[in-house]
Amino acid sequence: MTVRFADRVVLADTSLTVADGEVVALLGPSGSGKSTLLRVISGLLVPDSGDILVDGVVITALPTHRRSIGFVFQDEQLFPHRSVAANVEFGLRMSGWTKARRAERRNELLALVGLDGFADRRVTDLSGGEAKRVALARTLAPSPRIVLLDEPLTGLDRDLHDQLAAEVAKLLRATGTTALVVTHDRDEAAIIDDRVVALADL
Amino acid sequence: MTGLANRLPRRLVAALAAPAVVFIAMFYLWPVASLVAKAVTLDSVRAVLHDRQLRAVLWFTTWQALVSTVATIAIGLIPAWLLARYEFTGRRALTALVTVPFVLPTVVVGAAFLALLPDSLDQSVTAILLAHVFFNVAVVVRGVGGLWEQLPQDLVAAARTLGASPLRAMREVTIPLLAPAIYASASVVYLFTFTSFGVVRLLGGPANPTLEVEIWQRATRLGDVGVAAVLSVAQLLILGIAVIWFSRIQANHLVALGLHPLNERRRARSRRERISVLAICTAIVVAICMPLAALAERSMRTGSGHTLAAWRSVFGGATPSQHPVANGSVANSPVDALGSITTSLRVAIVAMAISLVIGGCAAFAIAALGRSGRVLDTGIMLPLGTSAVTIGFGLILAFDTPPFDWRAAPLLIPLGHALVATPFVVRLLLPTLRSIDPQLRAAAASLGASPIRAWREIDLRFSARPLLTAAGFALAISLGEFGATTFLTRRGRATLPIAIEQLLNRPGALLHAQGFVLATVLATLTIGVIGAVEALRGWSDRRA
Repeated sequence: MTVRFADRVVLADTSLTVADGEVVALLGPSGSGKSTLLRVISGLLVPDSGDILVDGVVITALPTHRRSIGFVFQDEQLFPHRSVAANVEFGLRMSGWTKARRAERRNELLALVGLDGFADRRVTDLSGGEAKRVALARTLAPSPRIVLLDEPLTGLDRDLHDQLAAEVAKLLRATGTTALVVTHDRDEAAIIDDRVVALADL
Repeated sequence: MTGLANRLPRRLVAALAAPAVVFIAMFYLWPVASLVAKAVTLDSVRAVLHDRQLRAVLWFTTWQALVSTVATIAIGLIPAWLLARYEFTGRRALTALVTVPFVLPTVVVGAAFLALLPDSLDQSVTAILLAHVFFNVAVVVRGVGGLWEQLPQDLVAAARTLGASPLRAMREVTIPLLAPAIYASASVVYLFTFTSFGVVRLLGGPANPTLEVEIWQRATRLGDVGVAAVLSVAQLLILGIAVIWFSRIQANHLVALGLHPLNERRRARSRRERISVLAICTAIVVAICMPLAALAERSMRTGSGHTLAAWRSVFGGATPSQHPVANGSVANSPVDALGSITTSLRVAIVAMAISLVIGGCAAFAIAALGRSGRVLDTGIMLPLGTSAVTIGFGLILAFDTPPFDWRAAPLLIPLGHALVATPFVVRLLLPTLRSIDPQLRAAAASLGASPIRAWREIDLRFSARPLLTAAGFALAISLGEFGATTFLTRRGRATLPIAIEQLLNRPGALLHAQGFVLATVLATLTIGVIGAVEALRGWSDRRA
């Protein structure tokens, strides 16, 4: 596929295939178009040419909210006007889950990311690491077909970074999630992912 | 506390505060007290309570303000969104254009819609509502747009990847996060439209009076001063309660977002996006320019066809007998059109001088006083929360009997205008004065400058630019002031807005055309003054 911004070609004839349940790292320096690729896959950006297929079905024309592709943003993008619980339940509410089932699933997810008892906290009061965990729980809650992670661990200090990287790796395996992780950190990629792809190689 | 050492002498600060204290006490507090004294007689209160007509007036005032506010917010969100989210050629020009209606005098806005709308709509509620939306959209664009451009777009993207449709994401994420700005804008628009006077005087006709118009009618036309005073005081109370209530709501909706300036504006990518952006831009330009164009067009339309007869008759190029026009003759014109321009300019310059001196001194005093300057600050802001009619009515009540029988004094009008303009002067100056690093003064002191010298070299130097801006705003405010002036004006010395209203509310095609001429002149003057201030600001920004 190809993506252009004005006259600048950000992605030129790029192609990538990810197997079911595989966790792939996308490695490349900043400005190499990693994030752009994630945005195209999630439907936030329309490619100038090319297609996206999930399970053999073309989804290029499908709007973002019907793709069931989760996205973990670099700076979390938690909804600041909602509690931790409401953030995690957001996707469930969008797909019409009942209140009781939502609460159950939310608690399950919060336990999974190690944030038991955080449900009623305000997201603006969370530490950097806690916010990352909430973002992860929010994305995984509606069980998306694919999860895209855009530099999910930047901005943390080294120890916390390494600890979270290991946890994310475990989490993605445990939930059997197909994931694409964008990073510029080779070590992080090695910890989290099954396969490392450098964007320059695509 | 540090910094105390190089403070201004207390006596100088007191001297700076004194003019403002005297000014507010004499020309605001005393008039309001006179109103209250007039109002608290049993007879007038009883008369108000038994007046069925007044209930209708209050009801109309309230609902037209509500509808105007809701419509303004709904319509204003579109340009706010466009200007906050998209980058396109001419974006800055469009931003400036959107704020134009807001700097226009209310009488000009009324005249413009009178010119634009067909006769069947002239004197209708629809006309009032349209004019209110036109006038106030800038409040929403500035207020809500300012917050909108700071919302990270990825918040909406996050909602979308979690399964929210664009509309749902707007409802669940964008609108709640914009709520504080929406409420703030809505309360400002509500207060403006609740106290609408100029627009209603021109577009309402006798059938649709707001509370403001009713007060004016009772006080000046019906000689019902007691009832008018009760209504004025009641309105003061209503506005006071509304302001407190609105600030409560806003406080409840504040979300600590930790926002910082962002520029995520992007160019439209897809064809559909480009067409939408272009269509909205076009609609905005048309909506803003049409009423103004209609104003200019109507100033050239008299009887049949387009001529410059009205312009000539205003500026004295030719007598109307050489240009016979149906239904109108200048010989018995009740309004000195050309005279009103010079009167307005003279009044505006005096009002500007008064508000700059008083507001400037007060701002320096407030900045120097620190926390204890709050009382003075609040006192100066009071006229801003008071309707123009109340100010004019109070002034005329306070100054119509000895020892101050100043009704004939030509200074009362510029004083009334200065009362309205001074809060703006203070608000424009204070941020600059407060941002001056005290270390600068300390540095000046260490170089041998006395506190007064340091103040002159630093504070005064820094405030040159905001003072210039304040001067422009004060001029524009005075030029367009209508509500207070209606009480203070005297025959033969009408200001522009007064002359415009008189000409447009009298039958006669030439008189109407002359009214539109004056409205065009006033619009040009106001836009010119504000435009010059903005241009000068931009110019010195680039040099800095």
